[in-house]
Amino acid sequence: MTSNEARGLSQARKVLGSTWARGLVGVAVFVLLAQALSSSAVVSRSVLPSAFAVLAQAVGLLGNGQFLGDIGATIEAWAVGLAIAVAVAVPIGLALGSVPFVRSATRAVVEFLRPIPSVALIPLVALVLGPGLRMNITLIVYASIWPVLFNTIYGLDDVDPVAKETLRAFGFGRLDVIRRVSLPAASPFIATGIRLASSIAIILNIGTGVLTGRVDGNGIGAFISDLNVGSINTTQVLAAALWAGVLGLALNALLVWAERRLLPWHHAYFGEA
Amino acid sequence: MLEVTNLTHAYGRGSGTHLAIDQVSLKAAKGELVAIVGPSGCGKSTVLRCIAGLLQPTRGTITVNGTAVHGTVPDGLAVVFQDYSRSLYPWLSVRDNVALPLRRKEPRRAQRKRNAQRALASVGLNDTAHRYPWQLSGGMQQRVAIARAIACDPVLLLMDEPFGSVDAQTREDLEDLVLGLRRDRDITILLITHDIDESVYASDRVVVMTGGPGRVRADLAVRLPDPRDQIVTKELPEFVHLRTEVGRLVRDQQAAAPMALPGRPFKADSRARSERGSGG
Amino acid sequence: MAARWVVLAAVMLVWQAWANWRQSSFFPPPSAIVAQMHQLWFSGPASHLWLTSSAIGNVLPSLGRIGGGLAVAVAVGGPLGIAIGRSSAVSGYLDPLLNFGRSLPTVALVTVFLVVFKLGDQMEVAFIAFGTVWPILVNTIDGARSVDPLQAETARVFRLSAGQRLTRLVVPATLPKFFAGLRLSVSLSLVLMVIAELTGSTSGIGYQMNSASQSFNLPVLWGGIVLLGILGYAMNAAVLGLEHYVLTWHRGARRFTN
Repeated sequence: MTSNEARGLSQARKVLGSTWARGLVGVAVFVLLAQALSSSAVVSRSVLPSAFAVLAQAVGLLGNGQFLGDIGATIEAWAVGLAIAVAVAVPIGLALGSVPFVRSATRAVVEFLRPIPSVALIPLVALVLGPGLRMNITLIVYASIWPVLFNTIYGLDDVDPVAKETLRAFGFGRLDVIRRVSLPAASPFIATGIRLASSIAIILNIGTGVLTGRVDGNGIGAFISDLNVGSINTTQVLAAALWAGVLGLALNALLVWAERRLLPWHHAYFGEA
Repeated sequence: MLEVTNLTHAYGRGSGTHLAIDQVSLKAAKGELVAIVGPSGCGKSTVLRCIAGLLQPTRGTITVNGTAVHGTVPDGLAVVFQDYSRSLYPWLSVRDNVALPLRRKEPRRAQRKRNAQRALASVGLNDTAHRYPWQLSGGMQQRVAIARAIACDPVLLLMDEPFGSVDAQTREDLEDLVLGLRRDRDITILLITHDIDESVYASDRVVVMTGGPGRVRADLAVRLPDPRDQIVTKELPEFVHLRTEVGRLVRDQQAAAPMALPGRPFKADSRARSERGSGG
Repeated sequence: MAARWVVLAAVMLVWQAWANWRQSSFFPPPSAIVAQMHQLWFSGPASHLWLTSSAIGNVLPSLGRIGGGLAVAVAVGGPLGIAIGRSSAVSGYLDPLLNFGRSLPTVALVTVFLVVFKLGDQMEVAFIAFGTVWPILVNTIDGARSVDPLQAETARVFRLSAGQRLTRLVVPATLPKFFAGLRLSVSLSLVLMVIAELTGSTSGIGYQMNSASQSFNLPVLWGGIVLLGILGYAMNAAVLGLEHYVLTWHRGARRFTN
């Protein structure tokens, strides 16, 4: 074997050993297994669609103008809802978190409101606000505020008191302390909270869409809800859900990228599930 | 009991190879305590891990009690690591930690508990059986690790810088503890340390290693009277001489004459300098 | 600690006063909500633990489905997570797939589950199980993957058998991360239960809330929300309590190294 060949072989080995290639292999094997399962005599074709058919449908959806518009609508609702939630939760969190008594008091309230699944509020909000985009965004905002608020308050817990005192000793006011010490120190926590809120927002948007249909505005959920009328085409639903999952991953990756750009000094990312 | 011949190990492959140890040879007779001393990074831990069967060496042979060791852990071996807080299992009580390796040889639970209790007593920890390791001080935790090591009656005990993470007072107590255990049970002990005093005080032989890559620089017999005492033994001229010699060897200088004669200028050893230059 | 109950009481009083003054049908006062909850669910005979037939027919089945779904998720996610986590090769192949599965919005698949499992308990249990297995699986894999190498070496040196390594090393070391995943799954299970019952169900808390919504019965709707909040709080507290008990050593050990 010549040195060039040896180098090429080791290059190939490096690529195959890389995480990307392995992941692709894993996905490919999974698809093949799913296909084998759905084509086998064990499961009836009408019940579980063939994996290849789902993939084919997924590709086909890319050419579906309605679907593409729905993706856009979902992203829009996600962005608007998340932005409002952050704009509301971060300042409130900073304000509340800086006063110890208020911090523990509001923590109590938040502990009780947190367990309520936002999905449960869909019927209520639908009645109060009437269906429409407003309802969708209201729910997203409501559900997204909690992780961001909570994490902001927790993040402030972690701020080094010596750093704060140092600044106060130099004559800086409370607001300045918040801006120069507390906010940067708490920002990794806040970032994690935003990522949590983001995944909640997507699920809520798609969830309300599925449950209340196109009356509530456009979105991937509404698209799926359209499919659910009459005889349900599980292949198409799975294909749409596939893209919803991809969208979730993409938006999460976007936030991670933004986090790295905005907070380059902080690389201790806390484990989030 | 222990025979290591031409032990060589290189980490990595291709252009990233790093030769950790090179042609290391040493022997230990039954009941001997051999200290391996050298600067940080000289490969002492690599030697220990090869002997323990945790690492398969690139070249060389290891024999423990007659059986060859090559990448699998031999029978009758026990190890005490430096980081006791991570080597003891925090979810097990002290006694359960000590009894952990006993299951292979002793199927009866009650007997295992008795053996573990006995081992704890021999390291001076009678009353801690039900506590958890993280409730104890650093020195006590290392005693638990030692108890765990001797509970299964090993023939060879490997200790990887066991007293590096405790304070000086505790270190002296633990050194004496190990000496006592060795005397009572006649175990062969390999003690890896970077503390030069310790290497001479506790051992029958001192193997000095130099780094980059690790090689045996010297193998010195320690002829100090038994039993050793932290104050008395360390005053003896023989101890001071040995200690100084080991110290110089570790620092890559030639072994000095007993006294420096006046009028003779000191000449730095050129070979030592070139070794230092090629090292890491 | 007591502060939180004081604050809660204060909020309740404020709400009560405001609702009495405002008289909005959309936001009934807490007193009306509690009265409705009592009448609907908790005014039964003592022999039935004061549960009405409506409670027995709706609340208990919902809880049962959640329990069933979580049990399946733990039974599948725990062992599978450990198996995958211990094998670096396998986890390398499965990582992107698992990440994708995690971000798949289970809610989008509710009709698929209806088609596959038909209307009934098994559909809901399968739905909840499918949705809740991901946090448990991913976190358990993470935990099993990050067993302290020194602890693993200790196990090798003392020649623990494979079974011993599993029960005395891998499982305990994985538990902290497993519980993190379990907590997420527990709160997720409540959400999935409601979704499944809002879509296609003939009994359950979600079903009751749905019919209340359709008949403009605001107090019952609010009652359902409050009940879900209580259940979520209780379930979370239960998991935290269990975790607290099982992982005493974990807190102690962390404190020592810090």
